[in-house]
Amino acid sequence: MKVKYFAWVRERVGKAEETIEPPASVRTVDDLIAWLARRGETYAYAFEAPRVIRAAIDHTHVKPDAVIAGAREIAFFPPMTGG
Amino acid sequence: MTALVTIRIQEADFDIAREISALTEARTDIGAVVSFSGICRGSEGGEPIAALTLEHYPEMAEAEIARHADTAMSRWPLTALTVIHRVGRIAPGENIVLVLTASRHRQAAFQAAEFLMDYLKANAPFWKREESAAGAGWVEARHDDDAAAARWTKS
Repeated sequence: MKVKYFAWVRERVGKAEETIEPPASVRTVDDLIAWLARRGETYAYAFEAPRVIRAAIDHTHVKPDAVIAGAREIAFFPPMTGG
Repeated sequence: MTALVTIRIQEADFDIAREISALTEARTDIGAVVSFSGICRGSEGGEPIAALTLEHYPEMAEAEIARHADTAMSRWPLTALTVIHRVGRIAPGENIVLVLTASRHRQAAFQAAEFLMDYLKANAPFWKREESAAGAGWVEARHDDDAAAARWTKS
């Protein structure tokens, strides 16, 4: 699945997007954040405060317990400041 | 006549009078047009701002604004609705966002415009980066915006 990062999440991870293949044990958005955080220091830094991170699956906001199976694109970003 | 919904995300500035004309042209069923424009302030917390840069998640921003527009159209009797959100570098005094709502009577136009702005603030995937003499940093989201959006939820 494709993962996209925005704003300071992108800056900390060091890339705007990538393709990932998490194991089946990674079921929810929360699981995915924990899995990503273990990939390296930049990821750990980006996800050091998971409660602050917002997620979207296929362009729709989702809660931390949302299931990721079947997602084509998952995005992680800080709370929004548009408008 | 069918309702006219216009949604644009663009770097270029917009002309509010022209957008209102586009909404009202050749229609005789509009009695009220409400306009809200969000503008880049020149300072924050006493510190002058040099510029704002708006980043966004393109596909999701369009989808999310369209969802909010659909909700507004279904909750209020609107004849037309326009949302324009700028992205990229914006200087103090410049426009950031425009919401226009049109209806036969004013209550729908006023309420829908406020609803759209509250929801845009809380849910639309845009992020502001602020440049000042002190450096550059990401603007933090305000809890007020989430609370403002929540008050529109029907109980």
